[in-house]
Amino acid sequence: MTFSPELEARLAKMLESYPKGRERAALIPMLMYTQDEVGHISKELAEEVAKRCGVTTLQVEEVVGFYTMLRTKKMGKTHLQICTNISCLLVGGDELWQHASKKLGIGHNQVTADGSISLEEVECIGACSWAPAIQTNYDFHHYVTLDQLDKLIDDLRRIQ
Amino acid sequence: MSNPVNLTIDGKAVQAAPGTLLIDAAKQSGILIPAFCYYEGYSLQAACRMCLVEVEKFPKLQAACTLPVAEGMVVRTEAASAVQARKTTLEFLLTNHPLDCPVCDKGGECELQDMVFRYGAGESRFTEVKHHVDEKQWSPVVYYDAPRCILCYRCVRVCDEGMGVTALGITHRGAYSEITPNKGDHLNCDQCGACIDICPVGALTSGIYRYQTRPWEMEHVGTICTHCSDGCKTTLGVRNNEIVRGNNRDSTGINGEFLCIKGRYAFDFIKHEDRLQSPMVRRNGKLEEVSWAEAVKAVAARFAEIKAAGGAIGVAGSVHSTNEESYFLQKFARQGLGTPHIDHARSGDVPALIHALAGKTDALATADSLYHAKAVLVVDADLSQQHPFLAFQVRANVRHHQAAVYTVTRGPVREEQTAAKAVHTADYLAGVRGLGEDLKKHADLVIVFGDGIKGAAVGELVAFGDSLGIPVRYVCLVDYSNSRGAMDMGLLPELGPGYHPAAVRGMSLPQMAASQDLAALWVVGADPLAGGKRLASGKAFVVVQDLFLTDTAKQADVVLPSASAYEKSGTVTNVTGQIQRLKKGLNIMGAKPDLEIFGLIARAMGVDAGRAQNEAVFEEIRKSVRGYNVPLPVLATGGAAQAQPVNGRVDVLPDPELVRSAGDTLFTSGSLGRYSKILGSVMEAPGALYKG
Repeated sequence: MTFSPELEARLAKMLESYPKGRERAALIPMLMYTQDEVGHISKELAEEVAKRCGVTTLQVEEVVGFYTMLRTKKMGKTHLQICTNISCLLVGGDELWQHASKKLGIGHNQVTADGSISLEEVECIGACSWAPAIQTNYDFHHYVTLDQLDKLIDDLRRIQ
Repeated sequence: MSNPVNLTIDGKAVQAAPGTLLIDAAKQSGILIPAFCYYEGYSLQAACRMCLVEVEKFPKLQAACTLPVAEGMVVRTEAASAVQARKTTLEFLLTNHPLDCPVCDKGGECELQDMVFRYGAGESRFTEVKHHVDEKQWSPVVYYDAPRCILCYRCVRVCDEGMGVTALGITHRGAYSEITPNKGDHLNCDQCGACIDICPVGALTSGIYRYQTRPWEMEHVGTICTHCSDGCKTTLGVRNNEIVRGNNRDSTGINGEFLCIKGRYAFDFIKHEDRLQSPMVRRNGKLEEVSWAEAVKAVAARFAEIKAAGGAIGVAGSVHSTNEESYFLQKFARQGLGTPHIDHARSGDVPALIHALAGKTDALATADSLYHAKAVLVVDADLSQQHPFLAFQVRANVRHHQAAVYTVTRGPVREEQTAAKAVHTADYLAGVRGLGEDLKKHADLVIVFGDGIKGAAVGELVAFGDSLGIPVRYVCLVDYSNSRGAMDMGLLPELGPGYHPAAVRGMSLPQMAASQDLAALWVVGADPLAGGKRLASGKAFVVVQDLFLTDTAKQADVVLPSASAYEKSGTVTNVTGQIQRLKKGLNIMGAKPDLEIFGLIARAMGVDAGRAQNEAVFEEIRKSVRGYNVPLPVLATGGAAQAQPVNGRVDVLPDPELVRSAGDTLFTSGSLGRYSKILGSVMEAPGALYKG
């Protein structure tokens, strides 16, 4: 399995930044960046990463199963994560979740029919000071209101 | 201990070497800190929180399994706070635990049960529905019951570090975490069952033992595995004269807790339906069942006739029989029957090694040397397949002492994973010589070699070892549980007991088979006519003692059913010359131990070959076989006594052409393996050598 030249270059640099024989240290970043390109961590991708990091496929699966950010199922082009943990919940996180879910017609860890957006109800994303917070791929949105969420979803639908 | 650290544990002044973990320091002074995930010899996990202890000046409880001792430390292992913490941990572990102790295999010997009994946690504050997952079968020998699992990672580590297989992992997280096999829904591994034995609870259970018995209903009989030559101690769980399990949880014996699939499970051949139950005598071309008295009389009468007529009698000994049996057999043959034609299936050139080492002391390695040597060189052997315990020792040596491993083999082997250098060649001596410069760097070396090094090559290998200028010790690999003993006892046409030249050189097995004049062939636990071979001599009277109707037995005139190693006592000598005691595990009907059969025949013939009784024969072995004058208490208490190295030349060397290893894998065991259903049932069987 090969990736785009840019990603290949990035992975090569990543492996070099750890001491020889410690290639396994690159496991999590390698999974994240390849997931971004492939879309999800397929069996084939897990095997490829295992080979590159010098671990067994099962050891890759252990890591994938542990971190919710690593997904074995194909998600939308934009992965919309809404926090409903305590800080966000107190200032309307649950309303945001209910609204997004209703508007998109999908639930937790589901993808819209056109594949543009997937939704995930997440625990703390570390943005409590700016609650309620949501995350689209790697971008954070702070002090989110229902109107802003509406507009964000419309924009996301448009760009796809 | 240059500068020991002084600390106080439970009011007791304790000294420990710097860097010692608190849990080990406590254990050394007789204080047991409970733990599930901590396991001696494997990497630290710090997952279970059971070993929390109170340490003065630390604001919080500390995990004793990862905390190194420090000067002046004051530790209270059973402080109220620590006890409360353990109780809470247990309450947590029990939230999803099914509490099915009354039917659980582990009930009665379960570490979780013991801890809950000790610390309470009899009440739970959790009222939620327990998360349940159905049990899974991963292979014929391994089952997994996830709700019972406490996620201590012991199985994961023993498989990865101990076995070098890495077949188990833990996927998902929190209450949904589960042990997962390498093939998703099944295991592809050595099927050794180490994960099952090391499991502190009943999460991993064994296909043959599960739901068979309560642990306290068994008798535990420590004996030696009868398969390969490594000489692992296996403790048989015997209930109603039936073996229901084999393990070595008490860590006695040279192998500690190690066992492979053969030691743990492959005792089932003893109750195979084809097992011979009654003596048989050929009448009108057919083998008919007769009484023991009749069969023995028939053998004795015919042997006496042939002896009187001066006919040639060939004797084939066994590589599974005890030392006592082999010694008695050769003595009976040489003195009682007056025949020099004695042999057995040879699998390693031990006489050549002993000859080459003449004049050297401490040149024969033991299983322990493989764990302590700074460097190990494996020549022509797929150690993980053929000698799983020796391979385990080497892996442990690499893990604990960073030993350097070198391999010279004709194909990939597992040892290469951690090898400093691996050479693939069929020209073993050339491969070995190429490593000279590397090997010289180490403080000492153990060379383990298979049947690819035999005859003159053994001498060349030892000469190479001498040229390195470092202490070198050797292991000559042989195949079966008493292959080594059979040679030491003199089941060879050229050599008598203790490698003394035989008075008259007899015929080897192939020569016996090819002889036109052979008048009788007495086969004890061997199958020289396997594959339907025929004796050149059509008139030979063939007597076979065996567990099963082998190809040779099918051609026999008299067949005598013999007892397996688990059904008799005696001693066996392993591949590294360590003598250990077999302890009879169960009583059987029909079959008799070989030694008893020899005694009956000797008595019926009126031949005096000494008392056919284990202690008497072993006493004679101690007096007359070089190297066997070992301390009896060591044997009597189930220990391994090292046969003292034979420090002298062997004047007549047997023909190296007859040395040939059967090349068994982890899942084959010569003729015994064919009758072990469990060995045949695993997906990996029969396996292959040199596949990495």
